[in-house]
Amino acid sequence: MPELDPSRVRDLYRDMIMMRAFDDKALKLQRQGRMGTWPPIKGQEAVQAGVAMAMGEDDWLIPAFREHGVMVLRGVPLHLVYAYWAGDERGSSYSEDVRCFPVAVPVGSQWQHGAGVGLSLKLSGDDAVAVTFGGDGSTSEGDFHEGLNCAGVFDARTVFVIQNNQWAISVPLHQQTRAETLAQKAHAYGIPGIQVDGNDVFAVYAAADEAIQRARRGEGPTLIEAVTYRLGDHTTADDASRYRAEEELKEWEGKDPILRLRRYLEQKGLWVEDQEVVLQEEAHKWVDDQVKALEEMPPQAPEEMFTSMYAEMPPHLSEQMQSLVEEVRS
Amino acid sequence: MSAPGSQGAEGRALHAVPEVATEKLTIAQAVRDAMLLEMERDEKVLVLGEDVGVDGGVFRATDGLIERFGSDRVIDMPLAESSIIGMSVGLAATGFRPVAEIQFMGFVYPAINQLFGHAARMRNRTRGRLTCPMVVRMPYGGGIHPPEHHSESYEALFLNTPGFKVVIPSNPHDAKGLLTAAIRDEDPVLFMEPKRIYRAFREAVPADSFAVPIGKAHIARTGTDVTLIAWGSMVRLCLDAAEVMAREAIDAEVVDLRTLNPLDRETMIESVVKTGRAVVVHEAPRTAGFGAEIVTQINEHALLQLEAPVQRVTGFDVIFPLAHNEKHYLPSRERIVAAVQSTLHF
Ligand SMILES: Cc1ncc(C[n+]2csc(CCOP(=O)(O)OP(=O)(O)O)c2C)c(N)n1
Ligand SMILES: [Mg+2]
Repeated sequence: MPELDPSRVRDLYRDMIMMRAFDDKALKLQRQGRMGTWPPIKGQEAVQAGVAMAMGEDDWLIPAFREHGVMVLRGVPLHLVYAYWAGDERGSSYSEDVRCFPVAVPVGSQWQHGAGVGLSLKLSGDDAVAVTFGGDGSTSEGDFHEGLNCAGVFDARTVFVIQNNQWAISVPLHQQTRAETLAQKAHAYGIPGIQVDGNDVFAVYAAADEAIQRARRGEGPTLIEAVTYRLGDHTTADDASRYRAEEELKEWEGKDPILRLRRYLEQKGLWVEDQEVVLQEEAHKWVDDQVKALEEMPPQAPEEMFTSMYAEMPPHLSEQMQSLVEEVRS
Repeated sequence: MSAPGSQGAEGRALHAVPEVATEKLTIAQAVRDAMLLEMERDEKVLVLGEDVGVDGGVFRATDGLIERFGSDRVIDMPLAESSIIGMSVGLAATGFRPVAEIQFMGFVYPAINQLFGHAARMRNRTRGRLTCPMVVRMPYGGGIHPPEHHSESYEALFLNTPGFKVVIPSNPHDAKGLLTAAIRDEDPVLFMEPKRIYRAFREAVPADSFAVPIGKAHIARTGTDVTLIAWGSMVRLCLDAAEVMAREAIDAEVVDLRTLNPLDRETMIESVVKTGRAVVVHEAPRTAGFGAEIVTQINEHALLQLEAPVQRVTGFDVIFPLAHNEKHYLPSRERIVAAVQSTLHF
C-alpha cells in the first residue's frame, strides 16, 4: 500500500469529521422542516474519504445519491448539496470546473454514465478517470451489469465503487444476490473486482489508488466493493427499526470508521485531544456557514422550471411560462 | 356504489348508504385490505416488489401481509423493476395472479421493456393461449414534496400502449373495490395510486370484499353548469373547486373517471351534453396528456351541444419541479375556477 504521510492521514480524519458534522446537521434541519428527505451517510465516511483522496484533480465523479461526502470533497459546495435535497434545482448547478455529475436517484442508472464518461475520456485522450458510485442494491439492476460489461468491452477509463452498506432500504444483501461477494461479479465481465473493508480508510485508499492508476494507464476498468454499513435510516422518511435488528446496529456502531481512524491516530501519537476540539469547532463553523449560505440563496423564481428545459425555448413553453408569470404576479 | 363520504356536497348523496359493516380506512389501508382479502380468497394471488415484505411497503400498503401469508406469497424482490415485471409475466402466464408493486411511478422505466414488449402483448401474440392476468400497483403524482423522480404522473404513456387497463382511484372505497376488480381481471391492469391522498382522509369502506367494476366512471358531484372531468387526486381538487364555485352560484358536476382505459365515454358524454361545458383536469404535462384524448372524444360525440371549447387544466410541459416550485406546477383550485369562468364567458 502507498505510504501516506501523517499530514495526509490527518486530512482523511478531518474529511470524515466534516462529513459527520454536515450529515448530522442535515438531519437536524430536516426535523426542523428546513430540509427535504435526506439520505444520511453516517458510517460510510471512510469509503468516501478514501476514494476522494485517491482521485486526481481532473477525475470525474459520477455519484448515486448517498455520496454527499465525496461530492463535497470533489468541490461541490455543501450549501448546494443541501439546496438540492431541500428541493431546489440550483443545487445541481455547480460551477463548470467541478467535474461531477448530478445526483442520480433512479437506482443503478449512473453506472452506465460512469462507463460512458470513461469511454469519453479515453476517446478524447484525456488523462482523467471516471469514478462512479452505487449501492449494493443497485447491483441487482440490469444497468449495473450493462455498465460493467460495456466498460470492459471498451476498456473505459472507469472505476466502479460499490458502497456495500448491506441494506437496500429493508432488503439485506443476502436477499439481493446469491453471490458470496459483489466484487466477484466483475469476473463475469472480464475485469478485476476487489472487495475491501470499507470502514478501513487505508484499505479503501489503497484499492482506489491502484484502480485509478490502472485506468489512467489505459489498462481498463476495475470494480471495488467496499463493505461498510449504513448506521442511519435509509432516509429521513424511513424507520430502520422496522426491519433491522438493534444488535446488528450496535455491532456496527462499534466499527465506526471515524472512531477506528481516531484510535489509529492516537496510537501513533498523531492526535491529541486539543486537536479534536479545534477540529470539531472548525467543522461546525463550516457547516453553520454553509447553512447560512443555503438560507441566503434568493428564492428560485417559479419560471425557472421553464428556462432550463431546452437550449432555445419553444413557443408553447413560452406561452405556458407567460401564463405562470402572470398568475404569480396577480 | 359509493360509500358515505365519497359523494359531493351535503344533501347530494347519489346512492343510498349501504347496509353493511364498514371500517374507516385511508386509501393506503384500503389498498392493503383489497390485497389481503384477495389473497385469502385465491391462493394464486401473490404480492411482489421492493420492500413489500418485512417493511410492509414504503407507504405501508402491504403492511402485515408477509406475516399472514409468508414469504412465498409476499416477495421482497431484489432491486430490479425489470425483474419484478418480467417475472410477473412469467408467473401470470403460468397460473399465478401477481400483484406487483413499483415503488414510485418514476421508477417504472427499467420495466417498460417488459410492460410494453410483453405484458401488454402476450394475449394478442399467442391468440389467447397465454395471458397476463397481473396488476402493477404504482404510487403516482405530486404534492408530497419528495426528492427527484418521486412525483411523476405518466399515465399517458400507458394509455398510448394498447393491451393494458389503466385504473386510478380517487378515494378509499374505490381503491378497495377497483383493486379487487383489477386482481380478478383477466388482463394486465396498471393500478395507479394517488400518493398525495394516500393517508389524507379516511372514509367508511365495506369490510367485506367487493368489486367496483373497471370501466365505469362515477359522478362524484352532480351539477348543471359545467362538467369537471378528473381522476385520482385531482378529483378532490375538483370537488373543492366546485364548492368554491357553488358560492358564486355556479353548479359544477364532477366526473371521476376511475378507469382511463377502457374509458366510460357514455357517462362522460352524457354529463357534457347536460351541462354544455367541460374542463379536464390532470397533473400530467399538457402536451399529449390524456386530456387531449378526452377533448377529442367530446368533440367527436358532443360538439354541437357545447357552449364553449373544452378547457384543460394540466401540469406544464416541464420536468416536474422539486419541492420549492411544486406548488406552481400542480393544478390548483384557482386554475380550475378560472378555466370554468372562461367556458362560462366564452
Ligand atoms: C430504479 C429505482 N427503483 C427504486 C428506487 C427507490 N429506492 C431508492 S434507494 C433504494 C435502495 C437502494 O439501495 P442501495 O443501492 O443499496 O443504496 P443505499 O440506499 O443502501 O445507499 C430504493 C429501492 C429508486 N430510487 N430507483
Ligand atoms: Mg445499500
